[in-house]
Amino acid sequence: MALLDMKDVRGGYGDADVLHGVSMRVGEREIVVIVGPNGAGKSTAMKSVFGLLTVRGGSIVFDGEDITGWAPDRIVQRGICYVPQVDNVFREMTVHENFEMGAFLRRGDLSAAYDRIYGLFPDLKAKRRNLAGDLSGGQRQMVAMGRALMLDPKLLLLDEPTAGLSPKYMEQIFQITRDVRDAGVSILLVEQHAKQALAFCDRGYVLATGANRHEGSGQALLADREVAEMFLGG
Amino acid sequence: MTLMDFLNFHLVPGIVLGSIYAVGAIGITLVFGILRFAHFAHGDMATLGAFIALALVTAGIDPWRALPIAMAVMAVVAIGVDKLFYDYLKARPKIVTVMASLGVALMLRAVVQVVFGVDPRTYASGIVRPDDYFGILLRDRELYTLAAVVLIVIGLTLFLRHSRWGKAMRAMSDNPDLARLSGVDNRKVTMLTWAIVGALCAASGFMLGINNELHSMMGWQVLLPMFAAAILGGVGRVEGAVLGGLIVGIAEEMSIFILPAQYKAATAFVLLLLILLVRPRGLLNGKVL
Ligand SMILES: Nc1ncnc2c1ncn2[C@@H]1O[C@H](COP(=O)(O)OP(=O)(O)OP(=O)(O)O)[C@@H](O)[C@H]1O
Ligand SMILES: [Mg+2]
Repeated sequence: MALLDMKDVRGGYGDADVLHGVSMRVGEREIVVIVGPNGAGKSTAMKSVFGLLTVRGGSIVFDGEDITGWAPDRIVQRGICYVPQVDNVFREMTVHENFEMGAFLRRGDLSAAYDRIYGLFPDLKAKRRNLAGDLSGGQRQMVAMGRALMLDPKLLLLDEPTAGLSPKYMEQIFQITRDVRDAGVSILLVEQHAKQALAFCDRGYVLATGANRHEGSGQALLADREVAEMFLGG
Repeated sequence: MTLMDFLNFHLVPGIVLGSIYAVGAIGITLVFGILRFAHFAHGDMATLGAFIALALVTAGIDPWRALPIAMAVMAVVAIGVDKLFYDYLKARPKIVTVMASLGVALMLRAVVQVVFGVDPRTYASGIVRPDDYFGILLRDRELYTLAAVVLIVIGLTLFLRHSRWGKAMRAMSDNPDLARLSGVDNRKVTMLTWAIVGALCAASGFMLGINNELHSMMGWQVLLPMFAAAILGGVGRVEGAVLGGLIVGIAEEMSIFILPAQYKAATAFVLLLLILLVRPRGLLNGKVL
Protein backbone atom coordinates (compact mmCIF):
# COMPACT_ATOMS: atom_id res chain seq x y z
CA MET A 1 0.00 0.00 0.00
CA ALA A 2 1.26 3.44 -0.89
CA LEU A 3 2.31 5.86 1.85
CA LEU A 4 0.49 8.72 0.15
CA ASP A 5 -2.48 8.13 -2.10
CA MET A 6 -4.22 11.12 -3.75
CA LYS A 7 -7.28 10.20 -5.76
CA ASP A 8 -8.95 12.55 -8.20
CA VAL A 9 -8.31 15.66 -6.09
CA ARG A 10 -10.18 18.79 -7.14
CA GLY A 11 -9.93 22.19 -5.54
CA GLY A 12 -8.49 25.68 -5.65
CA TYR A 13 -7.85 28.89 -3.76
CA GLY A 14 -11.07 30.84 -4.28
CA ASP A 15 -14.21 29.67 -5.99
CA ALA A 16 -12.53 28.47 -9.17
CA ASP A 17 -10.84 25.07 -9.23
CA VAL A 18 -7.15 24.93 -10.09
CA LEU A 19 -6.90 21.15 -9.76
CA HIS A 20 -9.33 19.24 -11.97
CA GLY A 21 -8.70 15.73 -10.79
CA VAL A 22 -5.12 15.00 -9.77
CA SER A 23 -4.13 11.49 -8.69
CA MET A 24 -0.73 10.56 -7.32
CA ARG A 25 0.89 7.90 -5.23
CA VAL A 26 4.12 7.90 -3.27
CA GLY A 27 5.40 4.59 -1.93
CA GLU A 28 7.71 3.90 1.00
CA ARG A 29 11.26 5.11 0.33
CA GLU A 30 10.35 6.44 -3.06
CA ILE A 31 11.39 9.68 -4.76
CA VAL A 32 8.49 10.85 -6.90
CA VAL A 33 8.86 13.87 -9.15
CA ILE A 34 6.14 16.19 -10.46
CA VAL A 35 7.02 18.09 -13.61
CA GLY A 36 4.96 20.28 -15.90
CA PRO A 37 4.77 23.76 -17.38
CA ASN A 38 4.47 26.93 -15.28
CA GLY A 39 1.04 27.34 -13.80
CA ALA A 40 0.20 23.65 -14.30
CA GLY A 41 -0.81 23.34 -10.66
CA LYS A 42 2.28 21.52 -9.35
CA SER A 43 2.60 23.68 -6.25
CA THR A 44 -1.15 23.61 -5.81
CA ALA A 45 -1.18 19.81 -5.87
CA MET A 46 1.46 19.79 -3.16
CA LYS A 47 -0.43 22.32 -1.08
CA SER A 48 -3.58 20.22 -1.32
CA VAL A 49 -1.75 17.37 0.44
CA PHE A 50 -0.75 19.76 3.17
CA GLY A 51 -4.20 21.17 3.84
CA LEU A 52 -3.41 24.60 2.46
CA LEU A 53 -6.27 24.76 0.03
CA THR A 54 -9.96 24.04 -0.23
CA VAL A 55 -10.30 20.50 -1.54
CA ARG A 56 -13.71 20.07 -3.15
CA GLY A 57 -13.47 16.53 -4.35
CA GLY A 58 -11.39 13.39 -4.22
CA SER A 59 -9.45 12.03 -1.29
CA ILE A 60 -5.99 12.16 0.21
CA VAL A 61 -4.94 9.15 2.25
CA PHE A 62 -1.67 9.13 4.15
CA ASP A 63 -0.35 6.11 5.96
CA GLY A 64 -3.77 4.46 5.92
CA GLU A 65 -5.62 7.51 7.24
CA ASP A 66 -7.84 9.90 5.32
CA ILE A 67 -6.30 13.36 5.85
CA THR A 68 -8.46 15.26 3.35
CA GLY A 69 -9.31 18.68 4.77
CA TRP A 70 -7.05 18.42 7.82
CA ALA A 71 -5.30 21.54 9.11
CA PRO A 72 -1.55 21.77 8.46
CA ASP A 73 -0.50 21.50 12.11
CA ARG A 74 -2.33 18.20 12.44
CA ILE A 75 -0.80 16.91 9.22
CA VAL A 76 2.68 17.88 10.46
CA GLN A 77 2.15 15.76 13.53
CA ARG A 78 1.23 12.75 11.37
CA GLY A 79 4.63 12.93 9.66
CA ILE A 80 4.43 15.05 6.52
CA CYS A 81 6.72 18.06 6.28
CA TYR A 82 6.66 20.62 3.52
CA VAL A 83 9.23 22.99 2.05
CA PRO A 84 7.38 25.73 0.12
CA GLN A 85 8.64 27.07 -3.20
CA VAL A 86 9.24 30.58 -1.87
CA ASP A 87 9.67 32.19 1.55
CA ASN A 88 10.72 28.89 3.03
CA VAL A 89 13.03 30.09 5.81
CA PHE A 90 12.72 32.46 8.76
CA ARG A 91 15.00 35.13 7.36
CA GLU A 92 15.46 37.07 10.56
CA MET A 93 16.24 34.04 12.66
CA THR A 94 19.56 32.23 12.78
CA VAL A 95 20.18 28.94 10.99
CA HIS A 96 19.99 27.12 14.28
CA GLU A 97 16.79 28.89 15.30
CA ASN A 98 15.26 27.85 11.98
CA PHE A 99 15.97 24.25 12.93
CA GLU A 100 14.55 24.86 16.40
CA MET A 101 11.36 26.15 14.82
CA GLY A 102 11.27 23.05 12.64
CA ALA A 103 11.30 21.00 15.83
CA PHE A 104 8.71 23.21 17.54
CA LEU A 105 6.33 20.30 18.07
CA ARG A 106 9.02 18.00 19.43
CA ARG A 107 9.84 17.83 23.12
CA GLY A 108 12.73 16.26 24.95
CA ASP A 109 16.36 15.93 23.97
CA LEU A 110 16.92 17.05 20.39
CA SER A 111 20.70 16.75 20.24
CA ALA A 112 20.52 13.63 18.05
CA ALA A 113 18.22 15.45 15.63
CA TYR A 114 20.63 18.41 15.41
CA ASP A 115 23.58 16.07 14.87
CA ARG A 116 21.70 14.41 12.03
CA ILE A 117 20.83 17.72 10.36
CA TYR A 118 24.33 19.16 10.64
CA GLY A 119 25.59 15.81 9.35
CA LEU A 120 23.42 16.18 6.25
CA PHE A 121 24.37 19.83 5.81
CA PRO A 122 27.94 20.14 7.13
CA ASP A 123 28.37 23.59 5.52
CA LEU A 124 25.70 24.98 7.80
CA LYS A 125 27.48 24.04 11.00
CA ALA A 126 29.85 27.00 10.74
CA LYS A 127 26.92 29.25 9.85
CA ARG A 128 24.60 28.22 12.63
CA ARG A 129 24.63 31.68 14.24
CA ASN A 130 24.12 33.53 10.93
CA LEU A 131 20.74 34.87 9.95
CA ALA A 132 19.11 32.65 7.34
CA GLY A 133 18.29 35.72 5.25
CA ASP A 134 22.01 36.50 4.92
CA LEU A 135 22.94 33.14 3.38
CA SER A 136 23.36 32.34 -0.32
CA GLY A 137 20.38 30.88 -2.19
CA GLY A 138 21.75 27.34 -2.06
CA GLN A 139 22.48 27.45 1.63
CA ARG A 140 19.09 28.98 2.32
CA GLN A 141 17.50 26.05 0.50
CA MET A 142 19.44 23.70 2.75
CA VAL A 143 18.18 25.54 5.82
CA ALA A 144 14.66 25.14 4.46
CA MET A 145 15.13 21.40 4.01
CA GLY A 146 16.77 21.07 7.40
CA ARG A 147 13.89 22.86 9.08
CA ALA A 148 11.43 20.44 7.49
CA LEU A 149 13.52 17.40 8.43
CA MET A 150 13.74 18.31 12.13
CA LEU A 151 10.41 16.60 12.78
CA ASP A 152 11.70 13.35 11.33
CA PRO A 153 8.88 13.11 8.76
CA LYS A 154 7.81 9.99 6.88
CA LEU A 155 7.10 12.05 3.80
CA LEU A 156 8.89 15.21 2.69
CA LEU A 157 7.30 17.57 0.16
CA LEU A 158 9.87 19.68 -1.71
CA ASP A 159 8.68 22.42 -4.03
CA GLU A 160 11.40 23.36 -6.54
CA PRO A 161 14.34 23.14 -4.16
CA THR A 162 16.83 23.87 -6.95
CA ALA A 163 15.11 26.87 -8.55
CA GLY A 164 17.64 29.56 -9.31
CA LEU A 165 20.61 27.55 -8.03
CA SER A 166 23.93 26.91 -9.76
CA PRO A 167 24.49 23.40 -11.22
CA LYS A 168 26.89 22.69 -8.37
CA TYR A 169 24.24 23.42 -5.73
CA MET A 170 21.61 21.57 -7.77
CA GLU A 171 23.75 18.41 -7.73
CA GLN A 172 24.31 18.86 -4.02
CA ILE A 173 20.58 19.24 -3.30
CA PHE A 174 19.76 16.17 -5.41
CA GLN A 175 22.46 14.20 -3.57
CA ILE A 176 21.04 15.25 -0.19
CA THR A 177 17.57 14.30 -1.40
CA ARG A 178 18.86 10.80 -2.14
CA ASP A 179 20.60 10.64 1.23
CA VAL A 180 17.38 11.60 2.97
CA ARG A 181 15.49 8.93 1.04
CA ASP A 182 18.15 6.36 1.90
CA ALA A 183 17.59 7.26 5.54
CA GLY A 184 13.99 6.08 5.10
CA VAL A 185 12.02 9.20 4.12
CA SER A 186 9.71 9.20 1.10
CA ILE A 187 9.96 12.28 -1.09
CA LEU A 188 7.56 14.11 -3.36
CA LEU A 189 9.46 16.67 -5.40
CA VAL A 190 8.38 19.39 -7.82
CA GLU A 191 11.15 20.23 -10.27
CA GLN A 192 11.74 22.66 -13.12
CA HIS A 193 14.95 20.86 -14.04
CA ALA A 194 12.80 18.09 -15.45
CA LYS A 195 15.46 16.07 -17.26
CA GLN A 196 17.83 15.88 -14.32
CA ALA A 197 15.04 15.16 -11.90
CA LEU A 198 13.44 12.43 -14.01
CA ALA A 199 16.85 10.85 -14.41
CA PHE A 200 17.31 10.40 -10.68
CA CYS A 201 13.77 9.81 -9.39
CA ASP A 202 11.93 6.51 -9.03
CA ARG A 203 8.71 7.64 -10.66
CA GLY A 204 7.32 10.81 -12.14
CA TYR A 205 4.08 12.56 -13.00
CA VAL A 206 3.55 15.15 -15.68
CA LEU A 207 0.85 17.66 -14.78
CA ALA A 208 -0.73 20.15 -17.17
CA THR A 209 -3.63 22.53 -16.59
CA GLY A 210 -4.45 21.03 -13.24
CA ALA A 211 -4.70 17.38 -14.26
CA ASN A 212 -2.52 14.29 -14.75
CA ARG A 213 -1.06 14.05 -18.22
CA HIS A 214 1.53 11.26 -18.02
CA GLU A 215 3.01 9.03 -15.42
CA GLY A 216 5.61 6.34 -15.22
CA SER A 217 9.13 5.58 -14.14
CA GLY A 218 11.59 8.40 -14.65
CA GLN A 219 13.34 6.53 -17.44
CA ALA A 220 10.06 5.77 -19.22
CA LEU A 221 8.99 9.41 -19.11
CA LEU A 222 12.36 10.55 -20.41
CA ALA A 223 12.01 8.11 -23.29
CA ASP A 224 8.42 9.13 -24.10
CA ARG A 225 8.42 11.22 -27.28
CA GLU A 226 5.33 13.25 -26.45
CA VAL A 227 6.62 14.11 -22.99
CA ALA A 228 9.97 15.06 -24.42
CA GLU A 229 8.46 17.29 -27.07
CA MET A 230 5.92 18.98 -24.86
CA PHE A 231 7.69 19.37 -21.57
CA LEU A 232 11.37 18.74 -21.85
CA GLY A 233 12.12 21.10 -24.71
CA GLY A 234 12.61 18.42 -27.39
CA MET B 1 22.97 77.89 29.48
CA THR B 2 25.48 75.68 31.20
CA LEU B 3 26.09 72.07 30.31
CA MET B 4 24.49 70.98 33.56
CA ASP B 5 21.38 73.02 32.84
CA PHE B 6 21.20 71.44 29.40
CA LEU B 7 21.51 67.95 30.89
CA ASN B 8 19.06 68.54 33.74
CA PHE B 9 16.38 70.51 31.96
CA HIS B 10 16.45 68.99 28.48
CA LEU B 11 18.39 65.75 28.12
CA VAL B 12 17.27 63.96 31.30
CA PRO B 13 13.56 64.78 30.82
CA GLY B 14 13.98 63.76 27.17
CA ILE B 15 15.42 60.39 28.17
CA VAL B 16 12.68 59.79 30.75
CA LEU B 17 9.93 60.71 28.30
CA GLY B 18 11.70 58.75 25.57
CA SER B 19 11.88 55.58 27.62
CA ILE B 20 8.15 55.83 28.32
CA TYR B 21 7.53 56.24 24.58
CA ALA B 22 9.81 53.24 24.06
CA VAL B 23 7.61 51.00 26.20
CA GLY B 24 4.54 52.08 24.24
CA ALA B 25 6.34 51.75 20.92
CA ILE B 26 7.44 48.19 21.71
CA GLY B 27 3.79 47.21 22.08
CA ILE B 28 2.85 48.94 18.84
CA THR B 29 5.70 47.27 16.99
CA LEU B 30 4.74 43.83 18.34
CA VAL B 31 1.14 44.23 17.16
CA PHE B 32 2.35 45.58 13.81
CA GLY B 33 4.87 42.79 13.36
CA ILE B 34 2.90 39.79 14.57
CA LEU B 35 -0.76 40.71 14.07
CA ARG B 36 -0.08 43.07 11.18
CA PHE B 37 -2.23 46.05 11.90
CA ALA B 38 -1.89 49.53 13.33
CA HIS B 39 -3.41 49.41 16.78
CA PHE B 40 -5.05 52.76 17.46
CA ALA B 41 -6.43 51.72 20.84
CA HIS B 42 -2.89 51.49 22.18
CA GLY B 43 -2.89 54.89 23.84
CA ASP B 44 -6.26 54.41 25.47
CA MET B 45 -5.22 51.00 26.75
CA ALA B 46 -2.35 52.85 28.40
CA THR B 47 -4.83 55.32 29.91
CA LEU B 48 -6.96 52.50 31.28
CA GLY B 49 -3.87 50.83 32.74
CA ALA B 50 -2.85 54.07 34.43
CA PHE B 51 -6.30 54.46 35.99
CA ILE B 52 -6.41 50.84 37.15
CA ALA B 53 -3.16 51.58 38.97
CA LEU B 54 -4.80 54.72 40.37
CA ALA B 55 -7.67 52.65 41.74
CA LEU B 56 -5.15 50.39 43.48
CA VAL B 57 -3.24 53.39 44.85
CA THR B 58 -6.49 54.85 46.14
CA ALA B 59 -7.08 51.54 47.90
CA GLY B 60 -3.84 52.09 49.76
CA ILE B 61 -1.27 50.24 47.67
CA ASP B 62 2.10 51.86 47.03
CA PRO B 63 2.24 53.12 43.39
CA TRP B 64 5.26 51.04 42.31
CA ARG B 65 3.64 47.96 43.81
CA ALA B 66 0.43 48.77 41.98
CA LEU B 67 2.29 48.76 38.66
CA PRO B 68 2.79 44.98 38.26
CA ILE B 69 -0.81 44.37 39.32
CA ALA B 70 -2.10 46.89 36.78
CA MET B 71 0.11 45.24 34.14
CA ALA B 72 -1.39 41.84 34.92
CA VAL B 73 -4.94 43.21 34.81
CA MET B 74 -4.31 44.93 31.47
CA ALA B 75 -2.81 41.72 30.06
CA VAL B 76 -6.18 40.08 30.68
CA VAL B 77 -8.11 43.11 29.40
CA ALA B 78 -6.10 43.13 26.16
CA ILE B 79 -6.76 39.42 25.58
CA GLY B 80 -10.44 40.12 26.22
CA VAL B 81 -10.54 43.02 23.76
CA ASP B 82 -8.97 40.78 21.14
CA LYS B 83 -11.45 37.97 21.73
CA LEU B 84 -14.42 40.35 21.78
CA PHE B 85 -13.51 42.47 18.77
CA TYR B 86 -10.38 41.88 16.69
CA ASP B 87 -10.64 38.11 16.58
CA TYR B 88 -13.94 38.30 14.68
CA LEU B 89 -12.34 40.44 12.01
CA LYS B 90 -9.22 38.42 11.37
CA ALA B 91 -10.41 37.04 8.03
CA ARG B 92 -11.34 40.52 6.80
CA PRO B 93 -8.96 43.09 5.28
CA LYS B 94 -6.68 44.51 7.99
CA ILE B 95 -8.05 48.02 7.55
CA VAL B 96 -11.29 46.81 9.13
CA THR B 97 -9.41 45.82 12.28
CA VAL B 98 -7.57 49.15 12.27
CA MET B 99 -10.91 50.99 12.21
CA ALA B 100 -12.29 48.70 14.90
CA SER B 101 -9.31 49.57 17.09
CA LEU B 102 -10.27 53.22 16.73
CA GLY B 103 -13.70 52.29 18.05
CA VAL B 104 -12.15 50.33 20.91
CA ALA B 105 -10.04 53.41 21.73
CA LEU B 106 -13.17 55.57 22.09
CA MET B 107 -14.88 52.89 24.13
CA LEU B 108 -12.01 52.41 26.58
CA ARG B 109 -11.75 56.18 26.99
CA ALA B 110 -15.46 56.41 27.69
CA VAL B 111 -15.10 53.73 30.39
CA VAL B 112 -12.29 55.71 32.02
CA GLN B 113 -14.31 58.94 31.87
CA VAL B 114 -17.41 57.33 33.35
CA VAL B 115 -15.60 55.52 36.15
CA PHE B 116 -12.88 58.03 37.04
CA GLY B 117 -14.24 61.33 35.76
CA VAL B 118 -12.60 63.82 33.44
CA ASP B 119 -10.54 65.82 35.94
CA PRO B 120 -6.76 65.41 36.12
CA ARG B 121 -5.58 63.11 38.94
CA THR B 122 -2.23 62.17 40.46
CA TYR B 123 -0.84 59.10 42.21
CA ALA B 124 0.71 61.20 44.99
CA SER B 125 0.27 64.86 45.81
CA GLY B 126 2.90 67.35 46.90
CA ILE B 127 6.14 68.54 45.39
CA VAL B 128 9.09 66.17 45.22
CA ARG B 129 12.56 67.70 45.28
CA PRO B 130 15.09 65.98 43.03
CA ASP B 131 18.25 64.42 44.47
CA ASP B 132 21.65 65.46 43.21
CA TYR B 133 23.76 62.70 41.62
CA PHE B 134 27.11 64.34 40.79
CA GLY B 135 25.28 67.34 39.43
CA ILE B 136 22.54 65.40 37.65
CA LEU B 137 19.18 66.13 39.26
CA LEU B 138 16.86 63.14 39.40
CA ARG B 139 13.63 62.49 41.26
CA ASP B 140 13.04 59.01 42.63
CA ARG B 141 10.13 58.49 40.26
CA GLU B 142 12.38 59.28 37.29
CA LEU B 143 15.04 56.91 38.54
CA TYR B 144 12.48 54.16 39.07
CA THR B 145 10.96 54.82 35.65
CA LEU B 146 14.32 54.39 33.95
CA ALA B 147 15.07 51.27 35.99
CA ALA B 148 11.66 49.77 35.21
CA VAL B 149 12.06 50.44 31.50
CA VAL B 150 15.50 48.82 31.48
CA LEU B 151 14.10 45.78 33.31
CA ILE B 152 11.15 45.49 30.92
CA VAL B 153 13.34 45.75 27.83
CA ILE B 154 15.91 43.24 29.11
CA GLY B 155 13.20 40.82 30.24
CA LEU B 156 11.31 41.02 26.97
CA THR B 157 14.48 40.66 24.91
CA LEU B 158 15.57 37.57 26.82
CA PHE B 159 12.09 36.11 26.45
CA LEU B 160 11.99 36.71 22.69
CA ARG B 161 15.54 35.46 22.12
CA HIS B 162 15.61 32.39 24.25
CA SER B 163 12.22 31.02 25.21
CA ARG B 164 10.22 28.59 23.10
CA TRP B 165 7.18 30.86 22.82
CA GLY B 166 9.29 33.96 22.38
CA LYS B 167 10.85 32.33 19.35
CA ALA B 168 7.38 31.34 18.15
CA MET B 169 6.38 35.02 18.33
CA ARG B 170 9.43 36.04 16.30
CA ALA B 171 8.75 33.27 13.79
CA MET B 172 5.15 34.43 13.40
CA SER B 173 6.36 37.98 12.78
CA ASP B 174 9.06 36.81 10.36
CA ASN B 175 7.06 34.36 8.23
CA PRO B 176 3.54 33.54 9.45
CA ASP B 177 2.84 30.83 6.86
CA LEU B 178 6.02 28.96 7.64
CA ALA B 179 5.38 29.31 11.38
CA ARG B 180 2.00 27.63 10.90
CA LEU B 181 3.61 24.90 8.78
CA SER B 182 6.02 24.30 11.63
CA GLY B 183 3.10 23.65 13.94
CA VAL B 184 2.99 26.97 15.79
CA ASP B 185 -0.53 27.60 17.04
CA ASN B 186 -1.50 31.04 15.78
CA ARG B 187 -4.18 31.49 18.46
CA LYS B 188 -1.72 30.93 21.29
CA VAL B 189 0.80 33.35 19.82
CA THR B 190 -1.96 35.94 19.38
CA MET B 191 -3.06 35.58 23.01
CA LEU B 192 0.48 35.78 24.29
CA THR B 193 1.14 38.85 22.17
CA TRP B 194 -1.92 40.62 23.56
CA ALA B 195 -0.98 39.72 27.11
CA ILE B 196 2.46 41.28 26.64
CA VAL B 197 1.06 44.28 24.76
CA GLY B 198 -1.58 44.91 27.44
CA ALA B 199 1.03 44.78 30.19
CA LEU B 200 3.29 47.16 28.27
CA CYS B 201 0.36 49.56 27.78
CA ALA B 202 -0.28 49.61 31.52
CA ALA B 203 3.41 50.24 32.19
CA SER B 204 3.64 53.17 29.79
CA GLY B 205 0.40 54.70 31.07
CA PHE B 206 1.48 54.35 34.69
CA MET B 207 4.87 55.94 33.99
CA LEU B 208 3.29 58.84 32.14
CA GLY B 209 0.94 59.31 35.09
CA ILE B 210 3.55 59.14 37.83
CA ASN B 211 5.88 61.58 36.06
CA ASN B 212 3.10 64.05 35.41
CA GLU B 213 -0.63 63.58 35.96
CA LEU B 214 -3.44 61.30 34.86
CA HIS B 215 -6.29 62.39 32.64
CA SER B 216 -8.60 60.59 30.27
CA MET B 217 -6.88 61.90 27.13
CA MET B 218 -3.33 61.13 28.27
CA GLY B 219 -2.92 57.98 26.18
CA TRP B 220 -4.53 59.35 23.06
CA GLN B 221 -2.13 62.31 23.19
CA VAL B 222 0.96 60.08 23.17
CA LEU B 223 -0.31 57.76 20.43
CA LEU B 224 1.36 59.75 17.66
CA PRO B 225 4.82 59.96 19.28
CA MET B 226 4.63 56.24 20.08
CA PHE B 227 3.74 55.34 16.49
CA ALA B 228 6.47 57.67 15.27
CA ALA B 229 8.92 55.86 17.56
CA ALA B 230 7.87 52.41 16.33
CA ILE B 231 8.12 53.38 12.66
CA LEU B 232 11.33 55.33 13.18
CA GLY B 233 12.99 52.27 14.69
CA GLY B 234 11.61 49.88 12.07
CA VAL B 235 8.31 48.03 12.33
CA GLY B 236 8.63 44.70 14.10
CA ARG B 237 11.94 45.59 15.78
CA VAL B 238 11.93 45.76 19.56
CA GLU B 239 15.42 47.34 19.69
CA GLY B 240 14.20 49.77 17.04
CA ALA B 241 11.21 50.79 19.15
CA VAL B 242 13.53 51.55 22.08
CA LEU B 243 15.85 53.59 19.89
CA GLY B 244 12.92 55.35 18.22
CA GLY B 245 11.29 56.11 21.57
CA LEU B 246 14.45 57.71 22.93
CA ILE B 247 14.96 59.76 19.76
CA VAL B 248 11.38 61.03 19.73
CA GLY B 249 11.41 61.81 23.47
CA ILE B 250 14.72 63.64 23.35
CA ALA B 251 13.76 65.46 20.14
CA GLU B 252 10.52 66.68 21.75
CA GLU B 253 12.39 68.09 24.73
CA MET B 254 15.00 69.69 22.44
CA SER B 255 12.48 71.12 20.01
CA ILE B 256 12.06 74.25 22.11
CA PHE B 257 15.48 75.40 20.91
CA ILE B 258 14.10 75.86 17.41
CA LEU B 259 10.32 75.88 17.82
CA PRO B 260 7.94 77.73 20.14
CA ALA B 261 7.02 75.45 23.05
CA GLN B 262 3.43 75.01 21.94
CA TYR B 263 4.70 73.17 18.84
CA LYS B 264 6.45 70.51 20.92
CA ALA B 265 3.81 67.96 19.98
CA ALA B 266 4.50 68.53 16.30
CA THR B 267 8.04 67.15 16.65
CA ALA B 268 6.92 63.53 16.47
CA PHE B 269 4.85 64.30 13.40
CA VAL B 270 7.80 65.91 11.64
CA LEU B 271 10.06 62.98 12.55
CA LEU B 272 7.47 60.53 11.28
CA LEU B 273 7.15 62.33 7.95
CA LEU B 274 10.92 62.55 7.57
CA ILE B 275 11.57 58.88 8.22
CA LEU B 276 8.76 57.79 5.91
CA LEU B 277 10.24 59.95 3.14
CA VAL B 278 13.89 59.11 3.65
CA ARG B 279 13.95 55.60 5.05
CA PRO B 280 10.47 54.06 5.15
CA ARG B 281 11.69 50.82 6.69
CA GLY B 282 13.03 52.68 9.70
CA LEU B 283 16.51 52.94 11.19
CA LEU B 284 16.87 49.21 11.84
CA ASN B 285 15.20 47.97 8.64
CA GLY B 286 11.82 46.84 9.81
CA LYS B 287 8.98 45.51 7.71
CA VAL B 288 7.66 47.38 4.71
CA LEU B 289 4.43 49.07 5.71
N1 LIG C 1 -2.39 31.69 -3.63
C1 LIG C 1 -3.06 31.62 -4.82
N2 LIG C 1 -4.28 32.21 -4.94
C2 LIG C 1 -4.97 32.14 -6.11
N3 LIG C 1 -4.54 31.52 -7.21
C3 LIG C 1 -3.34 30.91 -7.17
C4 LIG C 1 -2.54 30.95 -5.96
N4 LIG C 1 -1.39 30.27 -6.21
C5 LIG C 1 -1.47 29.85 -7.49
N5 LIG C 1 -2.64 30.21 -8.06
C6 LIG C 1 -3.06 29.88 -9.44
O1 LIG C 1 -3.15 28.49 -9.56
C7 LIG C 1 -2.63 28.04 -10.79
C8 LIG C 1 -1.58 26.98 -10.56
O2 LIG C 1 -0.50 27.56 -9.85
P1 LIG C 1 0.69 26.73 -9.23
O3 LIG C 1 1.48 27.66 -8.38
O4 LIG C 1 0.18 25.50 -8.61
O5 LIG C 1 1.52 26.35 -10.52
P2 LIG C 1 2.93 25.63 -10.62
O6 LIG C 1 2.74 24.46 -11.50
O7 LIG C 1 3.50 25.40 -9.29
O8 LIG C 1 3.77 26.73 -11.40
P3 LIG C 1 5.30 27.18 -11.25
O9 LIG C 1 6.09 26.26 -12.08
O10 LIG C 1 5.30 28.57 -11.79
O11 LIG C 1 5.65 27.13 -9.80
C9 LIG C 1 -2.11 29.27 -11.52
O12 LIG C 1 -3.08 29.64 -12.46
C10 LIG C 1 -2.00 30.31 -10.46
O13 LIG C 1 -2.28 31.58 -10.96
MG1 LIG D 1 5.06 26.13 -8.23
